[in-house]
Amino acid sequence: MLQVLYIFIPMLAAIFVPFLYRRMKNIHTGWFVLAVPATLAVIYATYIAQVAKGEVFTAELPWIPSLDISIVSYLDGLSLLFSLLITGIGSLVVLYSIFYLDKHKEKLHNFYVYLLLFMSAMLGVVQSDHLITLYFFWELTSISSFLLIGYWYNRDASRFGALKSMMITVGGGLMMLGGFVLLYLMGGTYSIRELIAIAPNLVDQPLFTWSLVLLLLGAFTKSAQFPFYIWLPDAMEAPTPVSAYLHSATMVKAGIYLVARFTPIFAASELWVWLVTGVGILTLFWGSFFAVKQTDLKGILAFSTVSQLGLIMSLLGASAVAFHANDSVDTIKFAAFAAIFHLINHATFKGSLFMIAGIVDHETGTRDIRKLGGLMSIMPISFTVAAIGSLSMAGLPPFNGFLSKEMFLTAMLALQKFELFGFETWGVLFPIVAWVASIFTFIYSFYFVFRTFNGNYKPDQLPHKPHEAPMGMLISPIFLAALVVIIFFVPNFIGNTFVKPAVQAIQPFLYDTPQDVDIHVNAWHGITPELLMTIGIILIGVLLFVALPKWQGMYQRFPQSLTLNNGYDKIMQGLDVGLNRISRRYMTGSMRHYLLYMFSGIAIIVIGSLFVKDAFSLSLQGSSPIRPYEIILIVVLLIGTSITILAKSRLTAIIGLGTVGYTVALFFVIFNAPDLALTQLVIETISVALFLLAFYHLPKLGKREERMRFQLNRAIVSIAVGVMVTLVALSAHSQKLIPSISKYYEETVYSLAGGGNIVNVILVDYRGFDTLFEITVLGIAGMAILAMIKLRMNRKEKTHENK
Amino acid sequence: MKTNDVIIQFTAKIVFFIIFFFSIHIFMAGHYTPGGGFVGGLLTSSAIVLLVLAFDINTVRHILPINYTYLTAIGLLLALATAAFPMFVGKPFFTHFFDYFDLPLLGKQSLHTAMLFDSGVYLVVVGVTMTIIQTIGEDE
Repeated sequence: MLQVLYIFIPMLAAIFVPFLYRRMKNIHTGWFVLAVPATLAVIYATYIAQVAKGEVFTAELPWIPSLDISIVSYLDGLSLLFSLLITGIGSLVVLYSIFYLDKHKEKLHNFYVYLLLFMSAMLGVVQSDHLITLYFFWELTSISSFLLIGYWYNRDASRFGALKSMMITVGGGLMMLGGFVLLYLMGGTYSIRELIAIAPNLVDQPLFTWSLVLLLLGAFTKSAQFPFYIWLPDAMEAPTPVSAYLHSATMVKAGIYLVARFTPIFAASELWVWLVTGVGILTLFWGSFFAVKQTDLKGILAFSTVSQLGLIMSLLGASAVAFHANDSVDTIKFAAFAAIFHLINHATFKGSLFMIAGIVDHETGTRDIRKLGGLMSIMPISFTVAAIGSLSMAGLPPFNGFLSKEMFLTAMLALQKFELFGFETWGVLFPIVAWVASIFTFIYSFYFVFRTFNGNYKPDQLPHKPHEAPMGMLISPIFLAALVVIIFFVPNFIGNTFVKPAVQAIQPFLYDTPQDVDIHVNAWHGITPELLMTIGIILIGVLLFVALPKWQGMYQRFPQSLTLNNGYDKIMQGLDVGLNRISRRYMTGSMRHYLLYMFSGIAIIVIGSLFVKDAFSLSLQGSSPIRPYEIILIVVLLIGTSITILAKSRLTAIIGLGTVGYTVALFFVIFNAPDLALTQLVIETISVALFLLAFYHLPKLGKREERMRFQLNRAIVSIAVGVMVTLVALSAHSQKLIPSISKYYEETVYSLAGGGNIVNVILVDYRGFDTLFEITVLGIAGMAILAMIKLRMNRKEKTHENK
Repeated sequence: MKTNDVIIQFTAKIVFFIIFFFSIHIFMAGHYTPGGGFVGGLLTSSAIVLLVLAFDINTVRHILPINYTYLTAIGLLLALATAAFPMFVGKPFFTHFFDYFDLPLLGKQSLHTAMLFDSGVYLVVVGVTMTIIQTIGEDE
């Protein structure tokens, strides 16, 4: 119970932020906010020791018990690791933001409310064991990140970036919801733990593949995988603390978390392995390749994040392979360990790099790498931190990136030895692509740090005179950079405490307790293929980096029209313009067209179902003999109808219509309905008189006496409707299922109702209710005509007054 | 040009009463023979329309100083009251009562609450028809 409430602490704290901001003008609001993630980090840290032993903690808060929906907090190795990342890096980011955002110029209350909301949402995502609440928190991260990206809402680029990320992540989130619902339909439970327990039964179900693909769409959009990564570079318009927090350490890892969490359910599927590994490795290459093209510091980091997320994703895909692995490919077990280990490492070095990018932006006024250079002696601390982060990102010793890079290569090399799902033929591509991508990673890491801090100092191009950042701003990046180095020297402590419990959560079928994960990280692991590959990466990377000015121009050759961003713009614009055009095409504003749609729709549906359901039948049983009177009247009726349709003059048409009406009255006479005949005669007279009135008042100008134009489509639709009515009437008449109730009326009309005229007794007694409202309708019609005519006259008078 | 409408006006005066009484007859007899409030109301208004045709709208309004909007409202109220009345004596909505009485002059006749309801219908029909015709007729 208490454990569930921890999730909501930031959300509750957010309520007080605006008050603190208004009342305590002199103290930066961030100091109050800082207490929230720091406290939570301490709380979650108390779980570490027990979770490392393999214990799990669950707490449940019922939400909608009748629908079996509750908020379940489930803390195992994986969710505890993420919770610690969220609160830990959250504290550092809040600390950094205190110095980054000016308390007088910025709307701090908005910022911290969004940030705390996001923190709650993220904690909810990683701790939820319930599919529906997981989705709830998932969308809350999308919404709060939308608000954070659009924080400077008076900038066009911010709004564009916010909208783009919203469209893509919410789109993916909806897909994921679909996947969740399918999972529920298959497994009959919303609980992820229970679904994992019955995972072997799910594999053969027909909905399995669909739920897999939909769920992956959600994970790929959130974690910026190919081709959905395009929102991440545009989200760099957010304030830098947001980029550091959301777009390096937490939100973009929600998709990673999702994939890791659902690996035990889906790992049995070949499609899962190929999709996750393939998309991951493609993203890795694509992101690292295009990172070198960027000129914006945060742009480089955004593409680098995309690429690193691809790396983690491909490792998770490879970890799913371990479910099928035989002992001959023992090294494949490294994949899950490497994924989690790199996830921690990436959070440390990417967080510090983003903060450095923010510092550079803050102190020089620009993030354009072409204007920067030679800042090494002016900002020595920032340079040191940036160098540590970048070298770790490039995968060099003595930094933690080296260790995870080695394990990544180990896992990728192991994939080609794997003899299932066609890996023996295509698996060889994985280490090659990984290696090439690592070279590009090396290049952009160097590009990032040396183009900014090394080279020529260009003071004339910088908006501000640069100087070192204040100490408060540097604390967080220094702390993270220190972690980067420390992790390198004590990888097994991190491994035993955080990584192994998480690995056990990803691969519960392989290991019973975290201690069973038999992986020991060594900085020096002998002369292995991985080490040789790393040496190759460094050699070729240095060469290419030195030659960068010679070949960077090739990026400009890449046609702009083929980029994914352009594709996104085209899709959005196409949807906007195209849908508009489609609606304009059928919403013509012409009543005739709408009637045409309606009638053709009715005719198609009714005639169609008549024949699809084989409902048409014709039996002449029970029909009366045809008498000469009826034939004569029908001929008159047909003549009247034809006159109405074919008449050249409208007057003729009105009289034709009158003929039809009187003939109908005659029909009532010969079919023994005197009440109807009386009413029909009088009503017909009145309506013909009203028609004549309308005809008399037609405007003189443009009144032409011409025959109704013949139009084939209208003729077809009218004939279809006529045929439809005839067919339905014939079928209905041919199969009477229930006898009429009129016998009851006949028997009781005198005894119960005290009358003789059945029609009138039905109208005023048996079913007087209908009559009551029919006369109401009549009254309303009369009032409406009165109002229409009188009010129009009033309006006319008013316009005269205005003149 | 002023036309002399003496014949039509004279005929209208007589025919008006014939149609009017016929409409009352049709209305009254509705429970046993064809007719009823609806047709009765329509016939009454056609009798008034005949007057309108023979004379003109203002004259007819002078002869019959009736506000047809009120007539409609009264008719609706009467119908609703007849329908709602049984609820006050513990019967379902729209229960009708009838019995046979020996009336002076008319002899043994049945009296029926359905007749009251029908009168509502009659008044509404007359009111609405005349409202429409009057409104349109006065419209310039």
